[in-house]
Amino acid sequence: MLSYSLKRLASAIPTLFLLITFAFFMIRIAPGGPFDSERALPPEIEANLAAKYHLDEPLVVQYGRYLWNIARLDFGPSFHYLDWSVNDLILQGAPVSFTLGLLALLLALAIGIPIGAWAAFRQNRAADYSVMSLAMVGISIPNFVMAPLLILLFAITLGWLPAGGWEFSPSRMVLPVVTLALPMIAYIARITRGSMIEVLHASFIRTARAKGMPERSILFNHALKPALLPVISYLGPAAAAILTGSVVVERIFTIPGIGSYFVQGALNRDYTLVMGVVILYGMLIILFNFLVDLIYAWLDPRIRYDEQEA
Amino acid sequence: MNEVTRDAFSQALDRRTVRGRSLYVDAWHRLLKNKAAVAALIVLVVMIVLVAVGPMLSDWDHEIPDWDNYSTPPSLETGHLFGTDALGRDLFVRTMIGGRISLLVGLVATLVSLLIGVSYGAVAGFFGGRVDNIMMRFVDGIYAMPFMFFVIVLMVVFGRNIFLIFVAIGAVNWLDMARIVRGQTLSLKNKDFVEAARACGGTELQIIRRHIIPNLLGVVIVYVTLTIPQVILVESFLSFLGLGVQEPLTSWGALVNEGAQELETAPWSLLFPAGFLAATLFAFNFLGDGLRDALDPKDRL
Repeated sequence: MLSYSLKRLASAIPTLFLLITFAFFMIRIAPGGPFDSERALPPEIEANLAAKYHLDEPLVVQYGRYLWNIARLDFGPSFHYLDWSVNDLILQGAPVSFTLGLLALLLALAIGIPIGAWAAFRQNRAADYSVMSLAMVGISIPNFVMAPLLILLFAITLGWLPAGGWEFSPSRMVLPVVTLALPMIAYIARITRGSMIEVLHASFIRTARAKGMPERSILFNHALKPALLPVISYLGPAAAAILTGSVVVERIFTIPGIGSYFVQGALNRDYTLVMGVVILYGMLIILFNFLVDLIYAWLDPRIRYDEQEA
Repeated sequence: MNEVTRDAFSQALDRRTVRGRSLYVDAWHRLLKNKAAVAALIVLVVMIVLVAVGPMLSDWDHEIPDWDNYSTPPSLETGHLFGTDALGRDLFVRTMIGGRISLLVGLVATLVSLLIGVSYGAVAGFFGGRVDNIMMRFVDGIYAMPFMFFVIVLMVVFGRNIFLIFVAIGAVNWLDMARIVRGQTLSLKNKDFVEAARACGGTELQIIRRHIIPNLLGVVIVYVTLTIPQVILVESFLSFLGLGVQEPLTSWGALVNEGAQELETAPWSLLFPAGFLAATLFAFNFLGDGLRDALDPKDRL
């Protein structure tokens, strides 16, 4: 298990390297420097500024410095918010974004898995068809459409919930979390249904039935665990989906998370902030995929054996 | 030879002249039996026709405001079937124009990703071995990156230009296509019928044209139908954030963004573009699912 983890971790390093390199050169080829303004600065001041931010050094040295800083998780100063470093901004937004994402993920798992399993149990019956059609709706309606519709219904028409703003209270969190979770519920339900159907046709389930086990214990004791493996491997992409979704959701519900800083940074051409967030997101996705692979290998020993044979 | 055997013989000859049904004719018949897929196909055809001719049927223009009607609800009297936005522009025409852009981006960017993905995947799969290993490692590497964000960064760095949107989205979406095509090519290459063709003296080019490409087509068609909605979604997402198509042009994503800001006073400006966008994505997804069922020989019973 340990050697497998190390091997997986080692394979993540080139990806991370590619990501950071890409980010660095993207900033460098971007037209317009961070200190360009309407009025040209005197050349002496410009030189001082360049020296302060090491912009006067050769590109290779700058690249080395950037790598070293990222390795220490230092994303540099923001080019737009004076006196703020990218780290400050990220640290301020992170608790909000993580709460939102975690709640959405838990909600999606708690609803998606039972629905999918139920649909599989009633395969090709009315319940199955209606659940799967609903799931298709969930997948097809993008969250930037779903969010305003939910606001229109629950905040404006019915007046039950606030339309935006943020504090750590259930009433403010319901709509953003639900918006973020809906497409994931749909995906998880579809995946669970597919794998559950496959498992229910497997011979060990037939054996369990032949032994006369009650359906309930077949479902929970035998079918559920193998059927959940594909759901676990979906969690990697799900993490990416949460990050992308949070950009939209935070913007619509005016939530001060990392996603809103990202959009604001993109609109302000705050390159260091944008790149910092992209690298952070990349790291999170890589980390999540790594964890998912570990859980997967732990649950399904065949993967580890394959790895050793190869 | 007596009469009976001659009859049987000529019957057998007749039967031979009946044209064999190809995989695709078969798949087409199966698709037509799938009600959801047929409905999706009809929705898409109607959508394309509507988007193409709709703006010509209306008296209004997508840029020029109607000075008498700001944010008016849909009505037959004013002639604004979908109402007007806060600047007095006709929403029906704007939704249609937005649809043109969204569908166009969907098609063109999918073509870009198709081109890159199929050639990359086919090369990796056909050559196999070390070449395949290196090429696929590269795909794995960039697969783990937050690509949506790179598209955003591209838009920020290089300006918001519609051709860049095509290229950027296409350049991001080819990874899945490459993986699928590569896997398919790899397994096709070792199939017995390819071996047989080779034994019969077929050249590599003939084998690729006669056996590999036609067998790839099914998977590629399915995947293209599923990529188009993804691409439309990415474009809408960008436009929603204000990073996609710029005024006076518009797209469904941009319209949803405008509508979301006038939610309380003018809900119709959200509902119409949102409805068109969702219906289109829905139809493409259903069609893709239907095509997959129709073309996948595994489920044929």
